Amino acid sequence: MMHLLYSIFVDPFVQMGAAPDLLAQTLWEGLVSGILYSLIALGFVLIFKASGVFNFAQGIMVVFSALTLVGLNEHGVPAYLALAITLVVMLGLAFAVERVILRPLVNQPEIILFMATFGLTYFLIGVGELIFGGDPKVMISDQLRLPSGSYRIPMAGGYVQMQKIDIAATVIASLMVAALAILFNRTRIGRALRAVADSHRAALSVGISLEQIWVIVWFAAGVVALATGIMWGARSNVSFALQIIALKALPVLILGGFTSIPGAIIGGIIIGVGEKMGEFYWGPLFGSGIESWLAYVIALVFLLFRPQGLFGERIIERL
Amino acid sequence: MFYREVGQYKTSYAADEALFPILQDKIGIAVILLVAFVGVPLTASNFTLDSILIPILVFSLAATGLNLLTGYTGLLSLGSAGFMGVGAYACYKLATFFPGVNIVVLILCSGFFAAAVGSVFGLPSLRIKGFYLAVATLAAQFFLSWCFIRVAWLYNYNVSASIEVPTKTLFGLPVTGPTATPVTRYLIALSIVALLTLLAANLMRGRIGRAWMAVRDMDLAAELIGIRLYQTKLLAFAVSSFYCGVAGAMMVFLWLGNAESESFNINQSFLILFMVIIGGLGSLLGSFLGAALIWGLPIVLRAAPAYFGIRIQSATVEQSTFVILGVLIILFLIVEPHGLARLWQIGKQKLRVWPFPY
Amino acid sequence: MSAQPQLAEGAGEIGAPERALGGTILVVEEVSLAFGGVTALSDVSFDVREHEVRAIIGPNGAGKSSMLNVMNGFYQPQKGVIRFRGREFHGMKPYEAARMGIGRTFQNIALFRGMTVLDNVMTGRSLKMHRNFFLQALRLGPAMHEEIEHRRAVEEIIDFLEIQHIRRTPVGRLPYGLQKRVELARALAMEPTLLLLDEPMAGMNLEEKQDMCRFVLEVNDHFGTTIVLIEHDMGVVMDISDRVVVLDYGRKIADGTPDEVRGDRAVIDAYLGVAH
Repeated sequence: MMHLLYSIFVDPFVQMGAAPDLLAQTLWEGLVSGILYSLIALGFVLIFKASGVFNFAQGIMVVFSALTLVGLNEHGVPAYLALAITLVVMLGLAFAVERVILRPLVNQPEIILFMATFGLTYFLIGVGELIFGGDPKVMISDQLRLPSGSYRIPMAGGYVQMQKIDIAATVIASLMVAALAILFNRTRIGRALRAVADSHRAALSVGISLEQIWVIVWFAAGVVALATGIMWGARSNVSFALQIIALKALPVLILGGFTSIPGAIIGGIIIGVGEKMGEFYWGPLFGSGIESWLAYVIALVFLLFRPQGLFGERIIERL
Repeated sequence: MFYREVGQYKTSYAADEALFPILQDKIGIAVILLVAFVGVPLTASNFTLDSILIPILVFSLAATGLNLLTGYTGLLSLGSAGFMGVGAYACYKLATFFPGVNIVVLILCSGFFAAAVGSVFGLPSLRIKGFYLAVATLAAQFFLSWCFIRVAWLYNYNVSASIEVPTKTLFGLPVTGPTATPVTRYLIALSIVALLTLLAANLMRGRIGRAWMAVRDMDLAAELIGIRLYQTKLLAFAVSSFYCGVAGAMMVFLWLGNAESESFNINQSFLILFMVIIGGLGSLLGSFLGAALIWGLPIVLRAAPAYFGIRIQSATVEQSTFVILGVLIILFLIVEPHGLARLWQIGKQKLRVWPFPY
Repeated sequence: MSAQPQLAEGAGEIGAPERALGGTILVVEEVSLAFGGVTALSDVSFDVREHEVRAIIGPNGAGKSSMLNVMNGFYQPQKGVIRFRGREFHGMKPYEAARMGIGRTFQNIALFRGMTVLDNVMTGRSLKMHRNFFLQALRLGPAMHEEIEHRRAVEEIIDFLEIQHIRRTPVGRLPYGLQKRVELARALAMEPTLLLLDEPMAGMNLEEKQDMCRFVLEVNDHFGTTIVLIEHDMGVVMDISDRVVVLDYGRKIADGTPDEVRGDRAVIDAYLGVAH
């Protein structure tokens, strides 16, 4: 019994202290996967903020956009041109989604819209597999001039290895977040987006075109999805299994709130780091693979103390 | 005209509160039961039973369970497959420990284990509401999936990490295992589903069903008229998980014959959620209709090219199924977001006034 | 601090029927309530006598609904105490308030929209239905009896409020006035000792108001239910209430019979918006 308590509460920290380079490595890995989670969460937040829809298809959009990019390149299209074409495809998808899904369902309760994004997911999975085949593909990192290789930083008797692509991902993610924050808070369009997020009816009555806003927002989410797909695909292959990873964005959203951009980043980092540390230092106690559920349990524990998430607004019920 | 209720007066509250107060409904349900219990076993092929009807029964029960929680009580759950798994593995262990006990009893008992687990994961529902609660059920789903692989005791330390169903008999006939015929398995499944659906219908008509719906519609007001929220929500989790657990046990023992952790993964949870939503949230009939559509459609789509003599690769058919399913879901939600059950009601209304338009 | 008029036994107000009033059933003592920086109620004290009709009036934002919410256990006051039938309640939960016999209707209607009128009113009987889960599932003997018995009681209420024709209609489809009536029915189904009505006449035309007044008075008369109501229509207030409390900016500014209150300087100022 004492042994059990020791191994849960003391031993992992002893291990951390004993090998600080491993600790740093784990923290770095956690940070990187956290950034990637937050990118996915960012796509969710964008769409939720502006249309109140929880876009379950965000995950498949990540895969689909990456597949389009790689698939075009496979057929001989040069990398940057393929990138441009993929962006156009995502714009087209945004138009299609607005026209076919959002417009007919404009006043339906949220769960209906949520289910519609399920339908969209299945649709994109099917179309993606039909066009590109179901095999995993390799991301065209070289053609896109993404950095490869890694840095080795000596530390405390060992070293920490940082992949250059990971560093690039962190930088790109930060730039994206900054750009989005400016978009939302400083521009006219951003104000319109926030208005639509608050109330469709009120926004309509002051003359904001819901359709335009939705296309913009879904396109933005598509761009974020593409960036995520490229980053994630560069680290491991592009396959449909990635789609399920998107579910991990849920704990991130819970921590960070469904409508907060900084929240998505912070939530992502907490989940990413928590997950990696948990798996590495506490995982062996339980047998491996606790990564599959640890993030959700972390989110659950947070929720028990703060039912509205870390950054969410306090829900005041009025009767 | 066919469905006119005029002239059918009720002279007691008991008659008014009956499950099928209208004569046409009584006849209808009698016919359905007759066909199901007698007609189908006599005429259906083994393939139809094994690949269509028995799975639909299994999923209808699971969908009913999820409907009780999500449709009637308004608590979104993404963990129904996990609870099915609990029932399945519980039944397997019970069969290992009590080899002499009647299998139907074991299947029903395994539901209680699922109910217990479901209640535990329902505990957060006091503090957490709505969509956030769904994440708690996701945690349950992933955790249970992990347990089904990691906890070797569950599958009796089998090397392949899967469970295989032993042969069990009832009245001398084998009902589970490789030697059981589809007809026997179908009849047992049908009986269990019919009984549990009746119980669910009874619950819905009474105090508990109303309490659940009150919690769904406006939980603050429910509290103010004296309904205890926490107990009501926990009960919903328990009962819902019971149904899912029994469905899981049925899935393994009366249909597939074996299972492993992947049989109860997150995709299955989503599948069951689809069935409930397409069938109609808050409708027992909807659970059946949704299960039939979602399960039956891919089968029809797969069989169609061969039926019409068109040659298509099977992989392409699979992928097209996804596409068509996705489109159908979206179309459905646009046309009738309240699901097939609402379409059925509209149909009945048309029958009431036919040949007049309204 | 404020007038506590002694009502002679059996004395009524203009238009209100003769009614025997009992002893004090509810005491609100120095209740203060604030949300964040906003003060909703400030040291409010008054009492309610059994069987009386007590009105709470005041301009918009005076804190009337908040007062009712405190009496219901929905909001917990930062300061002050409520005593119901001699029992003090601190931090009472809404469920406990219901158990103690306090019923409530809402300004914005809190009906269960997914259910029919009959089902809504039946939920009001929840506290009185006890048959356990398994009996419910099998719907045998005792569970069936209980259901029928309560159905009978509910039907009486439905008859009383004249809503038989919409028994099986989902409440979401009903017009506003009828929804208010259904909400009243649901509250009555609890057989409450104290009934809190939050603007029961709001949004009604003259005819509907007269009907509602009639129902409220009959409930008070027939069942002896004590009624506390928030109301803006002065005619109604003067007509049916025994005593009136006037709130303004969260404070009590008058307390007495309708006549006394009508002539009170502070009340007139509050309604006419004189700066203070």
